[in-house]
Amino acid sequence: MQAAGLTKRRFLRLAALGTASAFVAAACSPAAPPAATQAPAAAKPTEAPAAAAKPTQPAAAAAGATPTPIGGGKFTAPAVTAPAGYKQATGKLEIFSWWTSGGEVEALDYLYADYRTLNPQSEVINSAITGGTASGGNMKAVLQTRMMGGDAPESFQIHLGHELIDNHVIAGRMEPLDELYASEGWDKVFPKGLIEIASYQGKPWSVPVNIHRANVLWYNKQMFADVGVTEAPKTWDAFFDVGEKLKAKGQPLIGVAESSPGFWAHVTETILISQLGADGYRGLFTGTTKWDDKRVADALNISAKALDYANKDFTSVSWGDINDLMVGGKVASIIQGDWTPGVLWSKGFNDFGWAPAPGNAGIYDMLSDSFGLPMGVKNRDAAINWLKVCGSKHAQEGFNFYKGSIPARTDADFSQYTPYHKDAAKDWSTNQLVPSIVHGAAAKDSFNVDYQTAINVLATKKDVAAAQSALVKAAKDADFRA
Amino acid sequence: METTSAKPGLFVDAPSVSRRPRWLRGDMAIAVLVLSPSIFAVAVFIYSFIVWSFFISGTKWNSAVVDLSWVGLDNWVNIFTNDRFQTDIRNLVLYAAGFMSQCIVLGFLLAVLLDQKIKSESVFRTIFIFPFAVSGIVTGVVWRWLMRPEAGLNLLFSSVGLDFLKSPWYTDPNWGVVAVSVAGAWQFSGYVMALYLAGLRGISNDIREAALIDGCNTFTLYRRVIVPLLAPVTFTAVVLTGMGSIRVFDLPAVIGTGAAFGTDALAFHMFSLTFTSLRYALGATIACVMIIVSAFLVVPYLRSMAREAEQ
Repeated sequence: MQAAGLTKRRFLRLAALGTASAFVAAACSPAAPPAATQAPAAAKPTEAPAAAAKPTQPAAAAAGATPTPIGGGKFTAPAVTAPAGYKQATGKLEIFSWWTSGGEVEALDYLYADYRTLNPQSEVINSAITGGTASGGNMKAVLQTRMMGGDAPESFQIHLGHELIDNHVIAGRMEPLDELYASEGWDKVFPKGLIEIASYQGKPWSVPVNIHRANVLWYNKQMFADVGVTEAPKTWDAFFDVGEKLKAKGQPLIGVAESSPGFWAHVTETILISQLGADGYRGLFTGTTKWDDKRVADALNISAKALDYANKDFTSVSWGDINDLMVGGKVASIIQGDWTPGVLWSKGFNDFGWAPAPGNAGIYDMLSDSFGLPMGVKNRDAAINWLKVCGSKHAQEGFNFYKGSIPARTDADFSQYTPYHKDAAKDWSTNQLVPSIVHGAAAKDSFNVDYQTAINVLATKKDVAAAQSALVKAAKDADFRA
Repeated sequence: METTSAKPGLFVDAPSVSRRPRWLRGDMAIAVLVLSPSIFAVAVFIYSFIVWSFFISGTKWNSAVVDLSWVGLDNWVNIFTNDRFQTDIRNLVLYAAGFMSQCIVLGFLLAVLLDQKIKSESVFRTIFIFPFAVSGIVTGVVWRWLMRPEAGLNLLFSSVGLDFLKSPWYTDPNWGVVAVSVAGAWQFSGYVMALYLAGLRGISNDIREAALIDGCNTFTLYRRVIVPLLAPVTFTAVVLTGMGSIRVFDLPAVIGTGAAFGTDALAFHMFSLTFTSLRYALGATIACVMIIVSAFLVVPYLRSMAREAEQ
């Protein structure tokens, strides 16, 4: 200090000034706490299980090998036009989402483009945050802080159903959308089952932009053919028969990524559906099916047994890496949602088939991303116009083309979609709909976490009785009733 | 005790206070002015929120709806009977044992080696302390790859014929957390080394020479003279690594919670309870448990600091 020509006193004075001004600046900036939470989020992008798994249909891709527009294709449609009497919004529109990877970004940009065309005077602020535990964990943590601090964004991505209802609606932080549903005619174009999942106390609370199917078996046709299997197994017993044949060659039947809870819980959800049927499964969340039911025990036994046919290092594989196991021919199949084919195609892997998970035929295990309207947003007009875009036919057709999902609207045109998605659209209109647990549609997040925890422990310890009693306790805690 | 006379220069002596009351004049006024923002910030953002967390841990606020009705110790009973929490406590003990012993032993050995008046000491010093500049997230990612059972170290071992060294690393449900502590220690040992090196430099050569003249061999010199003289440094290292063990978050966040939560940590469980499950009261309860465990380390440290200051 003295060497620098500063006396002690002058140094102290300067330091005092600096500290005081920094402190005042910090105190005046309400954005400081969320920004702090954001830092780790940005730092660990690829590690996040679901968020990293769901995205990627990178626009790059082996275009020639790709049989469909996904993974390089472009959606063509006439520009969006404003309906008569459309009121343009001005000012800023801030949108939260966890869509940051290839495919997702193009999809989100398609929604933004429609909004910008209709509202040229309004500025869109894209507050997408990647990563975290469960889908969008980091975004949800920041959002929670903003919502509780009364600084809500104009709208945010959230899974349709209990994730929104239990995290925000029951706390009185959202506006009901029944009037918007009526004025936009959505109560006629969204399937009734979907509106029911979106509703609480008789009113819908968010606008679904897409439908993903969670209970799909994706299998390597070559590896199945090598052991003489040409059709996807329809029951778990048949599935395990394939597993035995593959085991003889030292190949794992099913890819598992359980370095953190979530992945196996997703697969176990499809096993529960196969044992309980659509009504029995739905009853798990209304109290009509008890979690100590014998069929639940059966499902857990199958879940424990299936791991005998899994890749041995499954506790070190993260959800985001699961597609690489499939592409590399290290596993013969995975049970995953339909965000998978776009990723496989984009990695130049085409030789795979799909079927409902064993025992899941005729049942559509669905999840849906949606946008809601928080109470007291700064720019409500912009938020309403945004939601109108989200629910529109024009936006949903383009959005889902890039996202690898299907539109929530029943009047959408599928002519530019992949063969898989045309199949899915057919199933969507004929199958029974059930809500996904792991993807936030069936039950509140706290139950979701308890469920994932129980299944994660089951995967290692294989203790079915302990897992079931943990689930019974979790269900009691969640207080399921009709 | 001779330890005080050989203070390694880590602790600055309290300035001698003159008898004139100068609270509002000169340096003292400036000192008060300089410190008051931090005192205020610490009081508000640390101590008041500790109190607030203890309060929340006694309420019913376990959903998105704020509910501050008092339930006493319900959350504490709930959390102590929770399987994941019990695993976390077990993990904490194993992680702390692994992390602290590795950091202190490695840190001390590196410091002793560097203290041998070797050539280009500063280069080695920089290399050893570099990992400390790396963020915990990066450390986690790198070690997650290195310790993957089907890759990394195991592949290296089998390619040079050392198959017996292969290990399931962090995927072991019982000992996985010790593997995680290796990653932690890799990062923090360099810092402990710096502490010890400063300590070693503070030991006067006269003492070493006297010991050698009295017939000490090198081992006895370290065993009977140097290590006892470095006791304050060791104490500091124990407190720092202990605190590091209690609050570890980034490594389990990146490496994953492992097989049946075998590599989970209290802080990560707290985060997922609070921000994913929205069980604020239970999250606050874990935070309180962490504060109480930390107090066992910090209170003795503060008391010894106070004693130093008195002397």
